[in-house]
Amino acid sequence: MEFSFTDEQTMIFDTAEAFLGEVAEVASIRKSMETNTGYDPSAWDRLCQEMYWQAILIPEDNDGLGLGAVELVGILERMGKKLYNGPFASSAAVTLALAKWGSGDQKSTYFARLMAGESATIAVIDQARAWSAEGVSAQAVQTDEGLRISGKYRFVQHGHTANLILVAARAPGSSGQDGVGLFLIDADAEGVIRKRVPTMDQTRPLAEVQLESVLVQPEQCLGCVGNSAPALAQLLDIQAILVTAEQLGGAQASLDMTVDYLQERVQFGRTIASFQAVKHKCADMMLKVEASRSIVYYAACVIDEWLSDRYDANQLAEAASMAKAYSSDAFFFVAGCGIQLFGGVGITEEYDIQLYFKRAKATETFLGGGAAHRERVAQMLLAGEC
Amino acid sequence: MKLSFSAEDEQFRNEVAEWMANNLCGEFEPIRFRGGPGDEHSFVEERKAWEQKLAEGGWTAIGWPKEFGGRGASIEQQVIFNEEYARAGGPGRVGHIGETLTGPTLIAFGSEAQKAKYLPGIRAGKELWCQGYSEPSAGSDLANVKTKAHFDDAQGKWVLNGQKVWTSLAHESEFCFVIARTDPASKGQKGLGFFLVKMDQPGVTIRPIPQLTGTSEFNEVFFDDAVCDADDIVGEPGDGWKVAMGLLGFERGVSTLGQQMLFQSELDEVVRIAKRNGAADDPAIRQRLADAHIGLRIMRYNSMRMMSGGEDGSLQKEAMIYKLYWSSWHRNLGKLAMDVLGPEAELLEGEPYELNRLQSLFLFTRADTIYGGTNQIQRNLIAERALGMPREPRGAN
Repeated sequence: MEFSFTDEQTMIFDTAEAFLGEVAEVASIRKSMETNTGYDPSAWDRLCQEMYWQAILIPEDNDGLGLGAVELVGILERMGKKLYNGPFASSAAVTLALAKWGSGDQKSTYFARLMAGESATIAVIDQARAWSAEGVSAQAVQTDEGLRISGKYRFVQHGHTANLILVAARAPGSSGQDGVGLFLIDADAEGVIRKRVPTMDQTRPLAEVQLESVLVQPEQCLGCVGNSAPALAQLLDIQAILVTAEQLGGAQASLDMTVDYLQERVQFGRTIASFQAVKHKCADMMLKVEASRSIVYYAACVIDEWLSDRYDANQLAEAASMAKAYSSDAFFFVAGCGIQLFGGVGITEEYDIQLYFKRAKATETFLGGGAAHRERVAQMLLAGEC
Repeated sequence: MKLSFSAEDEQFRNEVAEWMANNLCGEFEPIRFRGGPGDEHSFVEERKAWEQKLAEGGWTAIGWPKEFGGRGASIEQQVIFNEEYARAGGPGRVGHIGETLTGPTLIAFGSEAQKAKYLPGIRAGKELWCQGYSEPSAGSDLANVKTKAHFDDAQGKWVLNGQKVWTSLAHESEFCFVIARTDPASKGQKGLGFFLVKMDQPGVTIRPIPQLTGTSEFNEVFFDDAVCDADDIVGEPGDGWKVAMGLLGFERGVSTLGQQMLFQSELDEVVRIAKRNGAADDPAIRQRLADAHIGLRIMRYNSMRMMSGGEDGSLQKEAMIYKLYWSSWHRNLGKLAMDVLGPEAELLEGEPYELNRLQSLFLFTRADTIYGGTNQIQRNLIAERALGMPREPRGAN
């Protein structure tokens, strides 16, 4: 049992902190969030060329770095700290899907594209609150030339800029767990229409993606067409765990900047960090950050165990829902307390805590919030599955 | 970062489990799962006999160095022992204060004579210890100790006068370690001594404190010219605070996973009842059951982080939140248990005030957030030591 990082991992994280300090200072995040892409493409290029982080999960056989989810999660945590807004998490989720279910040909084709710096994302649902196979409404219709996919997707991270979109679609007339398939779509294929939508959290660009009779070939089908509901559930669980790593970083940053401010601000002739009411609130914030850290690191280990088939889909589901429920609530609590403790300046545009507060709510509702994931844990618990 | 133990450690796990299965049976069958927090008054004689059984098997003080009769077991092995002990239903350890506090304190700070005099009795499970820290005016403000000790030249002994409180197992213990003021003019952390005091003597009076549970785990202990030998002071007069606090930084929480096995069995019982009586159909209860499950799993990974941390004794963040985290979780579980039981929660097992396990849990967990540093003190410590916020101002006294 070893529940701490190796020296090599610590080195990777130190490097990550230094690099993100260069390309993701808050001034540049604020600048890039106003642009059409919603992130800085030159920073993404440097990330891919200098850091090679897009290759973390790609096996060495495919010329990748052959590292694991623990390294990935550690980097995402640091991105969350900085509110990094590039398409890293969504690309990593697609990479994980390919590593788990991709054929040999798919791996060599798509890993090569991802390593060259293309970005990827995942599109699943149109209606809110339905992050599951049941919520898939796009249809994959069999025609003479192959499958043609039509439907609308919302809440697609970086959907307006991604080069590759992993979409879920179902056979006409099917419902629930039946008839679901996963497909790798090129964003510039004929019939793909996408547009960025304005979002409350300006640091997390979302898009609507419309597919109009988009043709897919057999080599674009990931896993077993018509039978991919379990894979989709696992894909969403992976994506949720990656989000929790960003939440952890965001919560840590919110706590740090709040404590720094409290130490400086003087009222009644003393720094307000010396008031017990304030100290106790900060202690509660730290408790939630550290507890979140424990469950997020656990969930990272579970991804690695799952990738190598030692843990099954249930164990992944439990880990994802535990982490997503706790970390969502923790980040929102910490960022909300942060605004309160900043006082009046906390609600100004100028101070950064408001950006974290928005990020907390955005990442909480994305892929289901605390209540939804606790209900899922309750079902597993009462069924004796965890 | 790995979730599994090594093959060697798993082998050790099997050894512990096998020994427990072969020995915690027969005459010891009735004490399985007994004597935990809130139940410490039960089966004391049988649990004392059990300590000696453990000692014969070489399962007391396993973390002590071999030269003092321990096994020099690694952190992982200590964790495994505590886990398997709890899983098998091992009873609450009456010897735990001697094993986890007195022993390590003497090994770190004691003289050779003190080690030779006291360690074998602890290791053999024959001599039990209690802790004489808190006093009526020294609760959260522990350094405000008023109990006095002076050296009496005529007798050639230390003489103690004063009162201790919240002393668990005082009436069952052979010895008590006591912090007392050796310099009458001193205040706070200075001028204290750390004494090893025999309980069976005319100058020591023990009075049990009846609690809200109807039981008396805690006692008051009065010292009226109680004595100990000249060489029963650990370190020098004035070193008492350093000795008393010295080991806290090295606490790696090896018993925490064992404690969590107990918590898990309590949660399992609550889930079982919720399924049986329909409480599990209530969405609000379902949320709280899931929350309890998630909270306990997080506690496990908090512990694993704590135990995997640096060996330098520096307090890490996960160690600093540990007490506040588990005590709050456990108190919430007690409340959830009552809400799952509904009106059944009111009905006792019998006269005069016989509580069932969950009722006892509900009432006794109110102590969890108080003893060993209240939640309020924990929050001060987290804010000051982990977050670097200013210290609480002291009153002029």
